[in-house]
Amino acid sequence: MTSPAKHILVPSHVKLSDKEKETFLQSQNLTIKELPKILVNDPALIGSGAKEGDIIRIERASATAGKTFYYRVVING
Amino acid sequence: MKAENAKLVDTYENKLPFSVLEEIKNSVPDSASKENIKTILEETFALYLQAKINPGECVGLVSAESIGEPGTQMTLNTFHFAGVAEMNVTTGLPRIIEIFDCQKTIKTPMMEVYLKDPKIENVKALALKIKETKFSEFVTSYSLNIFEQNLKVTLSRELLDDHGLDVKDMIKALKLKAKGFTMESDDGSLTFIHKGKPEDIKDLYNLKEKLKAVKISGLKGIRQVLPVKRGEEYIVLTSGTNLKEVLEMDEVDATRTICNDMNEVYQVLGLEAARQTVINEVYKVIESQGLNIDIRHIMLVADIMCASGVLRGITRYGVVKEKASVLARASFETPIRHLINAALEGEVDALTSVVENVMINQPVPLGTGLPGLITKLK
Repeated sequence: MTSPAKHILVPSHVKLSDKEKETFLQSQNLTIKELPKILVNDPALIGSGAKEGDIIRIERASATAGKTFYYRVVING
Repeated sequence: MKAENAKLVDTYENKLPFSVLEEIKNSVPDSASKENIKTILEETFALYLQAKINPGECVGLVSAESIGEPGTQMTLNTFHFAGVAEMNVTTGLPRIIEIFDCQKTIKTPMMEVYLKDPKIENVKALALKIKETKFSEFVTSYSLNIFEQNLKVTLSRELLDDHGLDVKDMIKALKLKAKGFTMESDDGSLTFIHKGKPEDIKDLYNLKEKLKAVKISGLKGIRQVLPVKRGEEYIVLTSGTNLKEVLEMDEVDATRTICNDMNEVYQVLGLEAARQTVINEVYKVIESQGLNIDIRHIMLVADIMCASGVLRGITRYGVVKEKASVLARASFETPIRHLINAALEGEVDALTSVVENVMINQPVPLGTGLPGLITKLK
């Protein structure tokens, strides 16, 4: 099967590096608990090597803003 | 627009939405000077800040009202026949409820299967290939012979040829289900004879019923197929879904094939795809009813449904169950059960949200009630 990541409904999921993660949390004045979540075994994360506690940046095609970034923290299901 | 000006616009990447920047790039003439562009950007940014929702605005309530009010105009009629084809689709309020409640089995599951090579012959071949065909569909007649204790099944030649099968394939497919019987194939018919001593005639009758349900070809769950023209190309509409197996097929375009069951999309393609499916499906209903609801409201609901990492419906078993406050949960549905359980567990309510504060007649944390005040003592 072609990987789910190629499907038009699946936006790109990118794992943030530790440094990016720090700067992101600081710039938004957030703690990791407050972010929306995504399960570690989500089909869209296959092959990304994401583990619990990582932040995933999702580049969505938005109907109103053209493209937006959304952030989810990886949790164990 | 000149390259250096485009660069200047890009400096606002983190301040303005992508679509606004694109519009500026496309509509500002080449002759505009650097200063002009600076002013344009500054003014756009000022307007954008004004248009932004203020912190503490109760967006959920606004969404609820914005979806609820036009919702009263929606048809309560469940079925609607899409186009000329006899494919029926759930629309109107029942469909909206189905989606927002995130029901596990939806009334009319459907798929739109796109092909890599959408020629009409390929589309027809695929349609036949994926349709779930049971043994009973090939049969023209059954005859139960009581004296000889056998069951003779006559098969339709034409249907076998259509599917590119012959009697041998049938025997292979039926072998597992017909344990304890020997099969004899004749031109276009199958005879089942009891191995060993002939027993009750009931056994033969049971066998007949069992055989009827054996799947011969196709994918499980796909009840009906319909090749249709969508724009320039031909696609296959199916009633009944099996997204996982369809995407695994070589001739199917696995990047565009979609399904209207959000739970199935969640299983196969993940949370973000499920969120997009929820938005698309709700919007389809709203558009078909001739209503006008801003898509942001639907996006908000879809985001809430997906916030916990799992797709959850707006029900007392889904989103509402996640709420931290007992009073908030009790105010939604089945109040007594929630209160009793909370009492048994000794739950504590921190009264940090809206509903519970309304109940105890305290200021709610919304709008001007949200920020706390700190006095600096000298």
